[in-house]
Amino acid sequence: MKRHLLSAADLSRADALLVLDTAAQLAQVADRPVKKLPTLRGRTVVNLFFEDSTRTRISFEAAAKRLSADVINFSAKGSSVSKGESLKDTALTLEAMGADAVVVRHGSSGAPHRLASSGWIGGSVVNAGDGTHEHPTQALLDAFTLRENLAGGEGDLTGKKVTIVGDVLHSRVARSNVLLLSTLGADVTLVAPPTLLPIGVETWPCNVSYDLDPVIPESDAVMMLRVQLERMTDSYFPTAREYSRRYGLDNHRMSLLSEQSIVMHPGPMNRGMEITADVADSKRSVIVEQVANGVSVRMAVLYLLLGGNAPAETPIDGPLEGI
Amino acid sequence: MNSPRVRTVFEAADIDRVLTRISHEIIEGAKGAQDLVLLGIQSRGVPLANRIGRRISEFENADVPVGALDITMYRDDLRLRPARALETTALPEVGVDGRIVVLVDDVLFSGRTVRAALDALNELGRPRVVRLAVLIDRGHRELPIRADYVGKNLPTSLQESVRVRLAELDGDDAVTLSSGGQSPRGGPNPGGEVA
Repeated sequence: MKRHLLSAADLSRADALLVLDTAAQLAQVADRPVKKLPTLRGRTVVNLFFEDSTRTRISFEAAAKRLSADVINFSAKGSSVSKGESLKDTALTLEAMGADAVVVRHGSSGAPHRLASSGWIGGSVVNAGDGTHEHPTQALLDAFTLRENLAGGEGDLTGKKVTIVGDVLHSRVARSNVLLLSTLGADVTLVAPPTLLPIGVETWPCNVSYDLDPVIPESDAVMMLRVQLERMTDSYFPTAREYSRRYGLDNHRMSLLSEQSIVMHPGPMNRGMEITADVADSKRSVIVEQVANGVSVRMAVLYLLLGGNAPAETPIDGPLEGI
Repeated sequence: MNSPRVRTVFEAADIDRVLTRISHEIIEGAKGAQDLVLLGIQSRGVPLANRIGRRISEFENADVPVGALDITMYRDDLRLRPARALETTALPEVGVDGRIVVLVDDVLFSGRTVRAALDALNELGRPRVVRLAVLIDRGHRELPIRADYVGKNLPTSLQESVRVRLAELDGDDAVTLSSGGQSPRGGPNPGGEVA
């Protein structure tokens, strides 16, 4: 594995499977009376959040704490950033405090890359969402959830049909998922109105459709994206009502899904907009499971990056064996 | 550098006999199979624990729960090498609380693996008693740890390395001793070696 996790494209198939297999073992820790492993004792993980986040920050914090790392939470609100401190000076401060890993969320695409490549900090950088670019650990937890539900919890996702619906243009979740799921062999289809698809989407390793209904019956999983109202500076669709009628997941559309199919959402949901409350709370919905898996997957990432004197080596191929 | 010489010190039939003896000794020590739980330390302790479990079940006509313990996250040498892949930890449904837990491993060497296993066990519950069974004790302990049940004491030098081959993982059963190879400590961990 590379020293930083900036993009889902940094992960080869073998790396991705190593993370998922490690996460599967670490998931057991959640069922134990003592939910803690001593592995990262004495290491410091900084959560550097320039943007609001509930589940990602809490999930990284829980993951680091379960591995016994020391966690420093830094959010831009209430810090010197609001006084105009630059990313560089913030990074140098963290470096002086001895951060072994920096988990960064930033509103600007490429900020984690800048942190990792500038030489400002010596530790590993983990991208926890940058602008409209990427969110690799979300893609990993989605892949983990898909594998648990559709592939018996092992191997890759060869031949599984995953449909990602909604605001692809502003979605770092969609971009990371397309990259990772295609690495793992899944067949990804993006569904969105033309105004909410990014330029160059035809070069992505996936199919694209403007119409949801024909795609639904063939899907093994439907991932609904949040309509990101805070990023909507222009009008991308006429009305919210029209959007939810054409691209929302309601009971009728859910009834067209095949027996084993699952419904996913990265959260936070706009209930009634891209997904109805009935669907979100239905048996097919694995949305709560996604959150639980997020902790296991982030534990795996932190362990594989920080657990040794170097990131885990990429396994050659085949099943994992103890080294 | 002379090429390593490999010598077989234990064959399939020897391993068989020794596991049968250890099974009887465990029954004797625990006064039966009641409350017994066998935990194999990954990776070669697991098939050994399964074999001993089958024998005890047969001798005592009772089911003995067998589990697997991965101690990677508890190792004291994690920082000396790149992060390692994990293996399965599977506790039997009965758990370990109040039980007589027998840890099973292939080779007892420095004792560091067993120390890590005791730490791991500590977080999984509170056994009444913990015992240790090993196929080979090759000496050179670095910690105050000893085995309760030993298949064979094998005097070795630090330059030698002991490798246990088991049919479940390696295709056949044998214990080999090789000399003149790379230093068993610090270098990559040869399969079956307890570093």
